[in-house]
Amino acid sequence: MSAVLDRQEISVLSVEGLTVDFDVKGRSVNILSEVSFDLKSGETLGIIGESGCGKSMTALALLRMIPSPPGRITGGKVLLNDEDLLKATKNRISSIRGKEISMIFQEPMTSLNPVYTVGNQIVETIRRHKLISRSKALEEAVELLRMVQIPAPDRRISEYPHQLSGGMRQRVMIAMALACSPQVLIADEPTTALDVTVQAQIFDLLKEIQEQNGTSIILITHDFSAVTEMADRVLVMYAGHKIEEGTLGQITDEAKHPYTRGLLRSMPEIKSDPKEYREPLPEIPGAVPDLINRQEGCPFGPRCSFAMAKCLQMPQSYALGENRSVKCWLTQQENAA
Amino acid sequence: MKNDIAHNASPFSFEEAVPEPEVKWRETLRVFCQNRMALLGLIMVSIFIFVGLLGPIIFPADPFEMVAAPLSEPGAGALFGSDYMGRDVFIGIIYGTRPTLVIATTATLMTVLIGITLGAVAGFYGGMIDNVLMRITEFFQVLPPLVFAMVIVAVFSTDIVVVILAIAVTTWTAEARLTRAEFLKIKEREYVMSARAIGARNFRLIARVILPNAMPPLVIAITLRVGITIIYEAALSFLGLTDPDVMTWGKMIGLSRDFFFDAWWSVTFPGVAILLIVLCIALIGDGLNDAFNPKLRGR
Repeated sequence: MSAVLDRQEISVLSVEGLTVDFDVKGRSVNILSEVSFDLKSGETLGIIGESGCGKSMTALALLRMIPSPPGRITGGKVLLNDEDLLKATKNRISSIRGKEISMIFQEPMTSLNPVYTVGNQIVETIRRHKLISRSKALEEAVELLRMVQIPAPDRRISEYPHQLSGGMRQRVMIAMALACSPQVLIADEPTTALDVTVQAQIFDLLKEIQEQNGTSIILITHDFSAVTEMADRVLVMYAGHKIEEGTLGQITDEAKHPYTRGLLRSMPEIKSDPKEYREPLPEIPGAVPDLINRQEGCPFGPRCSFAMAKCLQMPQSYALGENRSVKCWLTQQENAA
Repeated sequence: MKNDIAHNASPFSFEEAVPEPEVKWRETLRVFCQNRMALLGLIMVSIFIFVGLLGPIIFPADPFEMVAAPLSEPGAGALFGSDYMGRDVFIGIIYGTRPTLVIATTATLMTVLIGITLGAVAGFYGGMIDNVLMRITEFFQVLPPLVFAMVIVAVFSTDIVVVILAIAVTTWTAEARLTRAEFLKIKEREYVMSARAIGARNFRLIARVILPNAMPPLVIAITLRVGITIIYEAALSFLGLTDPDVMTWGKMIGLSRDFFFDAWWSVTFPGVAILLIVLCIALIGDGLNDAFNPKLRGR
């Protein structure tokens, strides 16, 4: 951990006030509200939240891949080594995709093109960004498959995606994403479609690769155990807002926001039960607010057991030290007290 | 001593037998050849092409020349009989092969090129571009294609190039709509998104990512299109709207249509020729689809 912390001084990617709107039925709906974070070299940032809270939209916005229409990035900056990606030309952005920032998607079953061999797809990715011959690229592709621990890579390379298992396909996706040694790897729920054993293998692989290449990883997930497994720092999102940010320890041990605490409480634990009777897992009452009919004020307000009159106004984000912030009135009270 | 058993050579070899990787086109060819019907179609079409190329050399004759008594039955003077002008039906079919095939392939090619290009652009970009292109497509769609083709040929000329253009310009809408529908479906797939995420630009997404996946229904449509084109050409010839100096199968049917009950052979044999080639091309298309689709390949 300390070795990792040493390298964390340089910020690779910094996002400032990223705002995304969607046009739904003639109305503009706010999907992401001023999301800001820093990603440092060689660290893993976990973004956690339930479905529809804007996790994946954040990832897509970083690569400017928000489906448009209806989506629009209406504000903010995405700085990759001080270059604003939101102002970059289309050509520039497509040469950044896959080379500087890569992305792995959640469905390995459908993320590979079924009509090309695995090798062909990796070779194409390499040749897109590097001026090398086909045979040279093929050698690199075999090497990549070896790196992601696919057995018999020289044979697998000429196989089609449907001949591989889910875990292997996700490994191939990782190999493709890493083909040009990107600085940032965005993993959008990389293990959701895989079973638990394979999930652990994929995480180990990602960690190993991070160790070797110093890649920064943004891990997007709804699974707190994945975050505890992988992340150095955590960002909790709710209804398009970043509601809490902190190191893994800060989030798991001293979570401030009622939503984060609720999430942590509803995580199952494996422990022996002396009473042979298990308490039902506490849940957070209610559901994510409908983004179209959103009320004024804190989006979590209607579900929050600490809600008060003040919560009808949106709280600001309170910074509690570097890269530690909470968006809740409770924190202001605490600070004042 | 019992341990000796363990040292005995096992009858099984535990070394993994690595199957020889098969070259892709070779595999495709093998799968295609396993499909009997497709192979039959290929052989039949090859024969037609062979006849189209060399027929006039093997049977040097003039298809417009009177060689037998009008409406004489098959067998005697002429193999397939003669028509109302005493022209040899067999020689007519031989000489009609080349123009029929040329018109069918070039018109189909043009139809497919126009249709796929417009459909792909409309489906991929969506929005305003889609709207404009689809309105244009609908404009062409509401025109009765045969009448439209007739007008073009009648206004310009009955030259073979004009006939080809007329057929292509009037019939591309089906391919355009089909391609657009496939693109609309496939562009939402995750692998398109992941291709974009690794830096593929629009042209590459259209031509190399989406189009190959849209091919299976298009291959079927294209092979059917060859047949439809032959029938269109036949219809135009039937109405006398093609080059009067060129014999085609459609023209033979058209010219002899009044004598069907007196001399069935003068209409039936060219008809059978059209039927055979359309059927065989459809069989080839089916076989190609199986062979190129890696998922349908039996291993």
